[in-house]
Amino acid sequence: MSIFINNNTKLLVQGITGRDGSFHTRQMLNYGTKVVAGVTPGKGGMEVEGVPVFNSAADAVKQTAANTSVLFVPARFASSAIYEAIDAGIKLIVCISEGLPTIELVKITAYLKNKDCRLVGPNSPGIVSSGEAKVGILPGHIFKEGKVGVISRSGTLTYEIVDHITKVGLGQSTCIGIGGDPIIGTKFIDCLELFAQDNDTEAVVIVGEIGGRDEQDTAEYVKKYFKKPVFGFIAGKTAPPDKRMGHAGAIISGTSGTAAEKVKVFKECGIKVGDTPAEVAQLMKNELA
Amino acid sequence: MKVHEYQAKEIFKKYGIPTPKEKMCQNIDEVIIAAAKEIGIPCVIKAQVMVGGRGKAGGIKVAKNENELKDYAEKILGMEIKGIPVKKVLVSEAVSIASEAYLGIINDRTTKKTVMMACKEGGVEIEEIAKQRPEAIYKVYADPLVGLMSHKAREIGLFLYKEPKRAFECASITEKLYKLFIELDSSLAEINPLVVDTSGKLIALDAKLNFDDNGLYRHPDVESMRDRESEDENELLAREQDLSYVKLSGNIGCVVNGAGLAMATMDLVKHFGGEPANFLDIGGSSSPEKVKNALEILLKDKNVKVIFFNIFGGITRCDDVANGILQAKKDLNIKQPIIARLTGTNEDKAMEILKEAGLIFTQTMDQGAKKAIELLK
Repeated sequence: MSIFINNNTKLLVQGITGRDGSFHTRQMLNYGTKVVAGVTPGKGGMEVEGVPVFNSAADAVKQTAANTSVLFVPARFASSAIYEAIDAGIKLIVCISEGLPTIELVKITAYLKNKDCRLVGPNSPGIVSSGEAKVGILPGHIFKEGKVGVISRSGTLTYEIVDHITKVGLGQSTCIGIGGDPIIGTKFIDCLELFAQDNDTEAVVIVGEIGGRDEQDTAEYVKKYFKKPVFGFIAGKTAPPDKRMGHAGAIISGTSGTAAEKVKVFKECGIKVGDTPAEVAQLMKNELA
Repeated sequence: MKVHEYQAKEIFKKYGIPTPKEKMCQNIDEVIIAAAKEIGIPCVIKAQVMVGGRGKAGGIKVAKNENELKDYAEKILGMEIKGIPVKKVLVSEAVSIASEAYLGIINDRTTKKTVMMACKEGGVEIEEIAKQRPEAIYKVYADPLVGLMSHKAREIGLFLYKEPKRAFECASITEKLYKLFIELDSSLAEINPLVVDTSGKLIALDAKLNFDDNGLYRHPDVESMRDRESEDENELLAREQDLSYVKLSGNIGCVVNGAGLAMATMDLVKHFGGEPANFLDIGGSSSPEKVKNALEILLKDKNVKVIFFNIFGGITRCDDVANGILQAKKDLNIKQPIIARLTGTNEDKAMEILKEAGLIFTQTMDQGAKKAIELLK
């Protein structure tokens, strides 16, 4: 089992004819993901890697019964592509695109309310359910089927930690990159609610970073409701205040959102924190292997 | 992106938010003329720098006569505040203050909504109040699809002021500030303090506006307000080349793909007892050219004694990074030792490209960080 995506995922790639869209369509197909359709307005009728391209998401869903979409669309067109996917009846939208203005996410969040649809991202590297499906840009070869759920605000740091988990002999059930923006569709807690019910997930690792207080809220949630062991890592201990560290959401405002504050709350709430990515995997090995 | 107080107030004026009579000046003569012809004496001279604590640093002074005006203008225009030289001042009418309050707008990460915040104390650090006395802050949320409803704006007004006239004047200012916030993709709009003067009029005495970097593409007029002199030259240069760089004070230069891993790399260097010189994210699909540009920026920092590449290839191809390193070594005459941890996509090709280049290779980031520290001993 897994969460969000699995063998039954039928994937629509929005922006499939672009450089990144076509490259990663091939990578996702190689991993075994059922990529059933692509959309690029004006390029309907084409094929990319054998996948039919449609002019609209609605057409693609009608013809192929796609239930999940992934976005490789330039930032300025990404919000309209998200609305299009919502209206086409897609159940899970994974937005890889980066650089959406924050106010767009405020509006999208409101539009999604009371709809049977979830957004992951923006600025997400994607989701992998090991051995079943890969949606996004995460490198497939570092994953191994296993019992650890991974939730992360980062991209390559996620790969680093996944790689360590694999190398200590544990594997991953599902790994979700929730995205590095200040406002995102799916947060740590949303993922934990699903991991709680997933029988194949025996433990979870949360990879957080400076900025905001999602990690603190998540830690309180873990303490109150989450029964499986949780491990953690926080990036940005050496980050100076009031400087954006790459991700739009990775900024310490004044004295709020520091790594030290997050590590402290994690520990107080029973989350085992590693000082380095290697140490996180070692902690997991000691307890789970 | 941040703008100066005087720029924020220019925007306020466009949106009809009342501000004091003011003029931005860049030298003492301009200050004297502005005071004599437009503003009058007494007046306030305010240093225009984008850091907090201007008042405490002596960057805001009330001049009661011409001698003081000259004296303060000279002092403030020559001073540095938190390391930043003051090149501009705002000469502002001296407002006689009856009361002060706080009014601000942000997009709240937790509720995913735009929130107006009001506090009956002015000139405060709102984040500190939020931590210590959250009950002192009154919050009102805008509906993301409808906007800020008028009765919600009146709620803010009535929280801050008892007199209905003043409360509704404040509601009108709140609506204007919200309009500005949404229309210009602001990430922080603050009137701090919002004052009532002794004649009973509401005035935005100080203004702070930050803008969402992701929204700047649709606001060239805002982008054109960028004060290049007040930003770090290398950080600007990096951004123009689609790199993300922040200078720190150490001597181990870090080149990494991805922001999270870049932070984790700095943390790791520190964890093993070293000092990172910078944050540097070369981004996703990195071309050799971009890697070379990154090294060029990194090496402008003369503290850098050793360079640590930490690359986890996904979209980033290790062979592209390797070619960039090779090119940079040729063109930039790099003397510092380079430690390279290159793993993931095309790592074998990268090793082949770099086998004659005199680099130190490590398998893991732990080994890389330790090696960098060892070389400095």
